[in-house]
Amino acid sequence: MGILQLNRIKKQFAQTTVLSNIQLDVEEGELITFLGPSGCGKTTMLRIIAGLETPTEGSVILEGNDVTFWEPEKRNLNMIFQNYALFPHMNVFKNIAYGLKIRGIPKKEIARQVAHALEMVRLEGYENRKPSELSGGQKQRVAIARAIVNNPKVLLLDEPLGALDLQLRRQMQEELKRLQKTLKMTFLYITHDQEEALNLSDRIAVMRDGRLEQVGTPDEIYNRPKNRYVARFVGEANIIESQQGWIAVRRENVQVSASPANGAREAIVLEKSFAGGQMNLRMRLSDQTIVTASRYGINAEFEAGQTVFVYWKPEHAVSIEP
Amino acid sequence: MKRAKRGAFREKRWILALPMYGFTIVFVACPLIYLFVLSFQTRADIWGVIPEATLENYRDILEPVYIKTFVTSIQMALLVTGCVILAGYPFGYFMAKLPPRWKKNVMMLVMIPFWISALIRMYGWIIIFRANGILDRVLMALHLIDKPLKLLYTYPAVVVGMVYVLLPFMIYSVYSSAEKMDWTLVEAARDLGASKVQAFWTVTFRLTLPGLLSGIILTFIPSMGLFFVADILGGNKILLIGNLIQEQLMKSRNWPFAAALSVVLLILTSAFLWLYQTVTRVRDLEGLL
Repeated sequence: MGILQLNRIKKQFAQTTVLSNIQLDVEEGELITFLGPSGCGKTTMLRIIAGLETPTEGSVILEGNDVTFWEPEKRNLNMIFQNYALFPHMNVFKNIAYGLKIRGIPKKEIARQVAHALEMVRLEGYENRKPSELSGGQKQRVAIARAIVNNPKVLLLDEPLGALDLQLRRQMQEELKRLQKTLKMTFLYITHDQEEALNLSDRIAVMRDGRLEQVGTPDEIYNRPKNRYVARFVGEANIIESQQGWIAVRRENVQVSASPANGAREAIVLEKSFAGGQMNLRMRLSDQTIVTASRYGINAEFEAGQTVFVYWKPEHAVSIEP
Repeated sequence: MKRAKRGAFREKRWILALPMYGFTIVFVACPLIYLFVLSFQTRADIWGVIPEATLENYRDILEPVYIKTFVTSIQMALLVTGCVILAGYPFGYFMAKLPPRWKKNVMMLVMIPFWISALIRMYGWIIIFRANGILDRVLMALHLIDKPLKLLYTYPAVVVGMVYVLLPFMIYSVYSSAEKMDWTLVEAARDLGASKVQAFWTVTFRLTLPGLLSGIILTFIPSMGLFFVADILGGNKILLIGNLIQEQLMKSRNWPFAAALSVVLLILTSAFLWLYQTVTRVRDLEGLL
């Protein structure tokens, strides 16, 4: 049994069902990501775990205790909010010290722990700054320090890097990973960015419309998607109907040739585009299915309107639920 | 060419501010100076003033009967402000937490009385407070009292009237502070281990403090001078500074003395303001100062 269990969680707001039948067992010390588009219910899920919402049905078990109806302050976990939610009337030190002070920890000990937390997020010397004097990345670090200083069992992160630019995001991803390894803390991470999820996670829970579509390691999610949705959402795989039923083929595994090869299917090149350092070739099969192939530069010889032949190795075709 | 034009406009923009300065000088600065000068002049036997410098008016204020009026006024202002805080802060706070549609309706309800002159609304209170008036009859029907309270022309009646007049100012200034609150901050506080009460005092209260403090100023200062409330609901029994000034001006026709009283009141309220700012160390009052 893991540190946190979600049992058949259901949440309804008025007539709309936001979450249905969420079942998940989170292991101690793992970094698990809820991945899904905005509006899929992942933030609501996190708020239920934090105690800021109560589920309509189901239960939240933390360290063996049913905490479903516990007040947020009673739960041994902390959350990092999407907008950071730093207290504007307190400086960095007081923000980070907040949780410790509430728990009545002696001043000297607070000073020591805050200094340590600031060191962990590499913000030494910023104690007296007000949140309004910090950059987005620095605010983010303060928010992280304010949570980890309480040494929670589980840290909940609600799209923590959503407001940062790409470069800073990559850097913060690495730092979060490092932090999680050092602290050996359980991280429950929310994102809509599949790249971020694949990069950070020990496990990914793919969500859609309030349901969990698939839970697995990044490798499993990427290479063995269970259904059409996961295959599409994570890495934009090609979904093709074959004699063996529906299959998913990764873009980088689609081979293209000008001459017919054994088992190859005929296609017409629709468009050639260049994105993210690689060439994408969009093609249409005879059954109207659109197939995209992406390989570094190699497709440059093909032009739009040309007839080509596409094929893939049998081990690259993954059967999926229709 | 265009740029040059715009530059010239920018240089001459101060012209647009002229009417404002003119208005302030004519209607604020000049009367104040006149008031100040008047307070050092001598009363004429029948009508008006004689331009003869004297400190007599200020010496008169030191008489016990007038000192007592000042003390009563300050006591009344403190009591009224206290009541307005107790009623207005929660009101403004919960108003900000209402769903948008309700917010609009409640705001309207608070505003409607402003459409009627405060003076006329005071006469409404007479109907409620007078012996065997609405209040007495309701309380007797509920068997809460045996005989009429006869609240009209008593101290409590004046307090209620003042609180009634000044309450909306507190409600609005607390509301505008609370409206701007980011409620996820409260959630963050709860998440970090604060109880509801702790989260309120450490986060919500601190962030709505500017509204509360400007509400206090908007209540305290006028409550020193609201003479018509004491007049209508207090009869002649409760004499506040405002009443005294009005009486000296309109009935006794002692303009210099009325001016001196006004100057002292002005100095007193300024001193309170200064003291208040020093104690609370708040500079960013909600929409004020």
